[in-house]
Amino acid sequence: MRIGHTLPLGLFAIVAVALGVGLTLDPRLIPSALIGDPIPDFSLPPVDGRPDGLAAADLRTGEVAIVNVFASWCGPCRIEHPLLMEVARRGAVPVHGINYKDLPRNALAWLERYGDPYRRVGSDRTGRVSIDWGVYGVPETFVVDRRGRIAYKHVGPMMPEDMHQRILPLVRELQGG
Amino acid sequence: MTRDLRRFLLSVAAACAVSLAVPSPGAAIGVDRPLPDPILEARARAIHKQLRCLVCQNQSIDDSNAGLARDLRVLVRERITLGDSDGEVLDFIAGRYGDWVLLKPPLDVRTLVLWLGPAALLLMGAGLAVTVLRRPRADPELASGPLTTEERARLETLLEHGENTS
Repeated sequence: MRIGHTLPLGLFAIVAVALGVGLTLDPRLIPSALIGDPIPDFSLPPVDGRPDGLAAADLRTGEVAIVNVFASWCGPCRIEHPLLMEVARRGAVPVHGINYKDLPRNALAWLERYGDPYRRVGSDRTGRVSIDWGVYGVPETFVVDRRGRIAYKHVGPMMPEDMHQRILPLVRELQGG
Repeated sequence: MTRDLRRFLLSVAAACAVSLAVPSPGAAIGVDRPLPDPILEARARAIHKQLRCLVCQNQSIDDSNAGLARDLRVLVRERITLGDSDGEVLDFIAGRYGDWVLLKPPLDVRTLVLWLGPAALLLMGAGLAVTVLRRPRADPELASGPLTTEERARLETLLEHGENTS
């Protein structure tokens, strides 16, 4: 075959494969720019009616932690909530919450109703701190390593396999290392 | 009487304007409102147009009504007011959300194909077109050029006697 015939065919094959791979990707998943970076400096007040807020210092204690961004108005948050409850019950890793653009009374009622897995919860009424975390929707979940760096980010509600096959193994690995 | 009426209408209009300007409680970082300085606002708008809305991904934050787009608009204006250059503002946002938020991605190793791909494809197409068009015809019978003596003779016979004699 001459090049005049193979070249268009080859180009077509390359484009077809590239587009085919593109079809299998989820365009809603935006790669986090912050993986491996230190957590942002921040200090969030508590949700009114709860004792403790959340600040960067709470995540720089040398302990691996899970940080979950949630809101009472967020439907998918309810899907993953039992998983967070289960992790909190086992107590192997602290779960902290960032309450995103929520009214305190709604947040408290939500935690009352579905359970409160969080060791500390910071209230991000304006969403400003969440922008520093690169949050673009709730729920989002971060794993923070012992040196206060963002090791992993999960966008959207966690499914059991996300928690048990990715997040918890990573937490154990970071705790061991 | 008309003056009273006008004053009444004006106060109603003012009340409406005020109630519209008050943001819903606890909803946003700040108010999504143009900067008083038209030059700074023009810069802010230009930057807004370069930033992708993360929620509705094919719009810029200038076009989008999403809450996060509004927050980012406010943030861009805040950075500009604080004296950031346009590049610093873009870096500030891209530092949090990655190059992905830049509607015009930077030219680096990862985006080389993106930037050079179209030009490369165009060049390849042009090269292909030139080779195909300039290639000599494969069939020698179709080749152009002056007629050979044999052909001329045959042509003359045809013209004289018609096709049946061939």
